[in-house]
Amino acid sequence: MYQGIRIAGFGGQGVISAGVLLAQAGMLEGREVSFFPSYGAEMRGGTANCSVVVASDEVTTPIVSSPDTVIVLNEPSLSKFEPMVKPGGLLIVNSSLVNSKPVRKDIKVLYVPCNAIAAEVGNPKAMNMVALGAFAAVTGAMSVDAIAKAMTRVYKKLKPEIIELNVKALKRGAEFKLN
Amino acid sequence: MQLLNKRPESLLDVTMHYCPGCGHGIVHRLVAEVMDELGIRERTIGVAPVGCAVFADVYFNCDMIQGAHGRGPAEATGIKRSKPDTIVFSYQGDGDLASIGMAEIVHAAIRSEHITVIFINNAIYGMTGGQMAPTTLLGQKATTCVEGRTVKQAGYPIKMSEMLATIDGSVYIERTAVNSAPNVMKTKAAIKKAFKNQVDGKGFSMVEILSMCPTNWGTKASNPAEATKFVVDGMMPVYPLGVYKDADAVKK
Amino acid sequence: MAEKKLMKGNEALAEGAVRAGCRFFAGYPITPQNEVPEYMSWRLPQVGGAFVQSESEVSAINMVYGAAATGVRCMTSSSSPGMSLKQEGISYCAGADLPVFLANVMRGGPGLGNIAGAQGDYWQATRGGGHGDYRTFVMAPNGANEMANFPHKCFEIACKYRLPSMVLADGIIGQMMEPVEFMHPEVDVKALKEPDWALGVNHGRAKRIVKSYDLREGMLELMVNERVKRYRQIEAAEVIYEEKMMDDAEIAIVAYGTSARISVAAMKLAREKGLKVGLFRPVTLWPFPKARLAELSKRIKKFLVVEMSLGQMVEDVQLSVNGRADVYLHARPGASVMTAEEVYTTMESISKKGAKEYATAK
Repeated sequence: MYQGIRIAGFGGQGVISAGVLLAQAGMLEGREVSFFPSYGAEMRGGTANCSVVVASDEVTTPIVSSPDTVIVLNEPSLSKFEPMVKPGGLLIVNSSLVNSKPVRKDIKVLYVPCNAIAAEVGNPKAMNMVALGAFAAVTGAMSVDAIAKAMTRVYKKLKPEIIELNVKALKRGAEFKLN
Repeated sequence: MQLLNKRPESLLDVTMHYCPGCGHGIVHRLVAEVMDELGIRERTIGVAPVGCAVFADVYFNCDMIQGAHGRGPAEATGIKRSKPDTIVFSYQGDGDLASIGMAEIVHAAIRSEHITVIFINNAIYGMTGGQMAPTTLLGQKATTCVEGRTVKQAGYPIKMSEMLATIDGSVYIERTAVNSAPNVMKTKAAIKKAFKNQVDGKGFSMVEILSMCPTNWGTKASNPAEATKFVVDGMMPVYPLGVYKDADAVKK
Repeated sequence: MAEKKLMKGNEALAEGAVRAGCRFFAGYPITPQNEVPEYMSWRLPQVGGAFVQSESEVSAINMVYGAAATGVRCMTSSSSPGMSLKQEGISYCAGADLPVFLANVMRGGPGLGNIAGAQGDYWQATRGGGHGDYRTFVMAPNGANEMANFPHKCFEIACKYRLPSMVLADGIIGQMMEPVEFMHPEVDVKALKEPDWALGVNHGRAKRIVKSYDLREGMLELMVNERVKRYRQIEAAEVIYEEKMMDDAEIAIVAYGTSARISVAAMKLAREKGLKVGLFRPVTLWPFPKARLAELSKRIKKFLVVEMSLGQMVEDVQLSVNGRADVYLHARPGASVMTAEEVYTTMESISKKGAKEYATAK
């Protein structure tokens, strides 16, 4: 089992924390994991992105150059990261903020209105959680429960009621399925 | 027969390499006397510079370290922070402190490191053979300004005491001289206060001492007696003696 | 067994150093190693240690020089340009026989370069870096877990042989997160014996001097030669390397750090395609595992060095095999990272007869 993931969006959308959360969840499930953030000028310029690997064998490179899954949370990230997706791979698009459509025909695309759902749940900041829920459900790379459990490890200072809303957002995301 | 004046225990009985008429030997003795009088010899660590006083590590009878040019205050910082029970002094010349080590001395003062700095200002590079120092006076000749220092070529002499006194972290800054017996006594009092401040946990203290370098001061001042006159007539107008800062303990 | 914790490489290194007894840190911010001073700034006070954010890298290494002279376990960290600034101070530490621990989280160079991970400081780290004749014990971690555990070894060697030791990592290893397990028991600093050269409170003993100079004729040579004896002991006893699938290998990849991780993937790719490829990973870069490489070169006739530099370690491999085998190079300077596919392609070409020696990729 090997799942290379790239998450991209604006700084402040929780790109980095979503990546750390996935790595933590994978670890809780006994996988080999790695997380690698982009830490270049682009962190300040507009988009932030990170690489996550969840695998049954040792992780070689932590930089995912041809990801199995890409999650794009904002418009500029789509054109930048769509070409990277492995043929046959998955592209999760935050349709609340991304208006353009992917052009590739050799990949699977899942549209998730992350911001809209997070707002419904009652925590607009949890839009990244919606995306992770969808990722877990569609790829089966890890369980939604593991991500929920990982939250208490990663967000040590978060109030329990916020964590609860995050889990709610995660579960709403997990309701999405590929057509 | 009664022994009235003996060598301080803090100064070892070894032959010093300093030139006749040099002020370093006087200041070494003053520092040693102060260590004796304060009873701190057995917990003092001295930092020797690069420059004429490089062999200070041999002369003082306390633990000593010799390190890179200008970095004495940084070394002293590492020592004091690691062993807060010790008394740490950095002994530096004008090239060491006011040129290459400018950042280290300024920032040690900014952090109000609990150290004592003995700064010998003789307006010349001694050990390397008489080159211009940052404290060389305008018009003063040196081997790298043979017609005398000019503003156009090298700018102005740096006044360290005045500058460091403006820093909130400095507790005690005084400029003295060792050209005469009264001034030597005043210098000793200043050194004692600078060490006492550290014993009392007050913060950064520095004594700048105007000193003679007959060897490198050219023909007229090459006579030790003439050299003491140059301290008075040449240096003091540019570097007035006095207490530039005497604050209470800086609260951290 | 301790619980695994997801940690960033830089933080793992800092925690590993504290557990290894580090009680003094001085450093200056520079990307991509900032998590080390950040972590130390709150962690060291917890264990009674001291942290100083210095005014420069030059000052930081000299603070460490002072701290080390008191016998306290101490360190500084930086990234490439900052390590250049520290070199004079490192030379003084070597010259005064002080145990200090250094970490270089390399970035692209020369000059300001960029802030991505690179391996361009191999020469600087393994050749001394500063002025004069001296050696630094250098370990190259391949991820956050080794970042966590190598400080222990580095302090042990530095204290035992009295020389600077260094972790030579890169931006990728510093920034990546991985499950980390601290393998060594925490060092009880109070139980450590104070060295008989350490400066400090000196009731009733002779004064001590820490210095790197001796101006008396012929004495400096004696001083250096005494040190050389210890260097020889380290070369004989402290070499560390790792081998993967080397038993039947016909091509050996030689790589360290991030390059070695990528090379594992390349090796697997090659094995799937039927190429008999193994991986040799030097873990200590000085002492370099030259004896083992020399032995391997009697059987293996092709070595491919994979480096994120213009090709630096390749010279050590050439010296080690000493003409007994062909040495090839796959190099990506400028903080570029090779892919496993790229390395595989190079292997495929050198597996053919008559491949050009010392071929450089790209």
